[in-house]
Amino acid sequence: MRKTTRKMWAVAAGVTGVALLATACGSADSGSTGDASGDEKITLTVATFNEFGYDDLFAEYEAANPNVTVEHKKAATSNEARDNLNTRLAAGSGLSDIEAIEVDWLPELLQYSDKFVDLASDDVEGRWLEWKVAQATAEDGRLIGYGTDIGPEAIAYRSDLFAAAGLPTDREEVAALFGGDDATWDKYFEVGRQFKASNPDVAFFDSSAAIFQGMVNQMDAAFEDPETGEITALENPEVKEAYDAVLKAGVEDNLSSHKSQWSEDWTASFQNNGFATMLAPGWMLGVIEGNAKGVTGWDIANVFPGGGGNWGGSFLTVPAQGAHPEEAKALAAWLTAPEQQIKAFKAKGTFPSQTEALESEDLLSVTNPFFNNAPTGQILSERALAVKPEPPFKGPNYFAVSDAMSQAINRVDVDRTDDPATSWSKFEEAINALG
Amino acid sequence: MATTTTPTPARRTSRSPERAPQRVGFSQQLGRWDVKLSPYLYISPFFILFAVVGLFPLAYTAVVSVHDWHLIGGQGDFVGLKNYQDVLAQPNFWRGLRNTFSIFLLSSVPQVFIAIVLAAFLDANLRARTFWRMGVLLPYVVAPVAVSLIFSKLFADQSGVVNTVLGTFGVEPVKWHGDVLASHFAISTMVNFRWTGYNTLIFLAAMQAVPRDIYEAAILDGAGRLRQFFSVTVPMLRPTIIFVVLTSTIGGLQIFDEPRLYDQIGQGGNDRQWMTATMYLYELGWGAQKSFGRAAAVAWILFLIIIVVGIINFSITRRISSESAPKSGRKKR
Repeated sequence: MRKTTRKMWAVAAGVTGVALLATACGSADSGSTGDASGDEKITLTVATFNEFGYDDLFAEYEAANPNVTVEHKKAATSNEARDNLNTRLAAGSGLSDIEAIEVDWLPELLQYSDKFVDLASDDVEGRWLEWKVAQATAEDGRLIGYGTDIGPEAIAYRSDLFAAAGLPTDREEVAALFGGDDATWDKYFEVGRQFKASNPDVAFFDSSAAIFQGMVNQMDAAFEDPETGEITALENPEVKEAYDAVLKAGVEDNLSSHKSQWSEDWTASFQNNGFATMLAPGWMLGVIEGNAKGVTGWDIANVFPGGGGNWGGSFLTVPAQGAHPEEAKALAAWLTAPEQQIKAFKAKGTFPSQTEALESEDLLSVTNPFFNNAPTGQILSERALAVKPEPPFKGPNYFAVSDAMSQAINRVDVDRTDDPATSWSKFEEAINALG
Repeated sequence: MATTTTPTPARRTSRSPERAPQRVGFSQQLGRWDVKLSPYLYISPFFILFAVVGLFPLAYTAVVSVHDWHLIGGQGDFVGLKNYQDVLAQPNFWRGLRNTFSIFLLSSVPQVFIAIVLAAFLDANLRARTFWRMGVLLPYVVAPVAVSLIFSKLFADQSGVVNTVLGTFGVEPVKWHGDVLASHFAISTMVNFRWTGYNTLIFLAAMQAVPRDIYEAAILDGAGRLRQFFSVTVPMLRPTIIFVVLTSTIGGLQIFDEPRLYDQIGQGGNDRQWMTATMYLYELGWGAQKSFGRAAAVAWILFLIIIVVGIINFSITRRISSESAPKSGRKKR
């Protein structure tokens, strides 16, 4: 799943602005270089995408380390960043000193962990949630990325639409309605059918593929065998069960709004009561707020079906081809320290993955006015701790299989070109083509 | 050439060895080289550049296509034609070809016809001629990415303007993304929007080069506007039509930007409704498989297809224009 947002244009404009500023700064201090080797002036480039919330932090780092100049390269979308990373990794040159990567492309990069600097060190031991570190650790024990943010999932809902359907509206009661700590997907769909019975014009959730994504992120090894790396998506009964359950709820019971996430239709439907609930990782809150500008009634419940779940999140890596691996490592370590990540959270809502940050009063006291003043810091922090310490296994083919699966579900849910059976056979065809 | 006199004596000396060899001064020698080689030297930048950025990649792609070649991992074993076999066995490859041809036909054919007609209108005596002529070129200036972003909003399945407008006429909403032909139509619209004006200007330039006395003769023979258009304008445009058809064939079969940006994922739809051959190539090389070998195989297959289709189009265009007015066509040879 992608975090491609409609803010692309704003970001593009921002990048241009940053680039202009960077050139201006660059020419201003170019005269004062050439010191002794100890504190030699160096420039570190940092490549990120979407919004990491680091802009102010770079200035802070430069102030504390006068010999370092940080240059920020911001890609508009994570796809663009991934293409750039792959191409230049293959070419062996041209990457930034620090490259941000998203968890979804980590598995394919872990195969080439020797192309990245091993970041493991005693200073950062125990800094992150266990599963966050496990995600970025290669088989040989090398740590290739420092965790930045995570996407602990809660359920965002429209309290006004819930009220119209005769369901409770208070976020505690809604959490209890879905089953509280014992919430299951069946229960979630059950509530959906109740909602739909008294409010047939509004969909219950936005997209079947998104619900499936939420389920897959809770399976230990959904698509591949952790031992051999073989693709097992077609044989894994869990996958087929989830596929059938999602399509029954989404299409047969008509709970879905039949839109694919990030499409024009999906974005537009925030403005016209398109759906009543959606799975909301921390970073999604900003997306909802942006798309649903002027719409009141959004709230967020401290609950998630099937236990905790995590969707997305990023890392900072130091490619081995860089000229200043040590300095880059130090900067990456500084940026991903709890204090800095809390600042980034406050700036852009990227939820920290550092255990210390999760307990920080600074974070817990954060509330979000758009979501009816929900204590989002508290809720997301609890949601993050509910995630299983063992991360689901995602091998080199995860990205491809997951894509094919989303398309399979969308064929039935969005395009309505297939029924679940024919779409599944097309999915089989796509998986066999990967070999 | 004016220089034919210099080489003759030198050649004669070499043919008759019994004569004392005439010493040729170095400067004279240089002059001869200058005469013989300079023309080639002057045109060489193009060919050198072509060899570097055209021929070499072509050959290198062929080499890549017969190897296991991973985007990050690099060159692997020699596998012969296995990549070609693998690709040809994929239903998605054929789907890509189908889509490419369908979009190509839906865009190039109307494009050429509309462009000729538009050019004929612009060739007439209009007020504010330059304004209209520049106007048709405007869409070409807009970046393809921007065009795609705007059109994909217009053609959104549920919230798009096009469906809303159709709805006011009582037409059922069209599944612009779900349906194969509808999606091809929408993408062709983007292509046509961008390229029709460009081709119009090329046709217009060609039309203005048509000697006016031919029209006068036609008028004297009693030809109306329509007859003039078909019997004079179109035949005289033949070389230009061939050029436009060839370039739009090459461009049309390589179409990438518009379909890639037609939705937010960029893989050509859930059922690959509008995935073109180049998008398939990209997906193989940079997508999940990261197989440069297979991507290179697709590139070569596509290259051959474009050559074949180009030749077919070339012969068709030649015939059609000459049939429509055999006399003037033959006179040009």
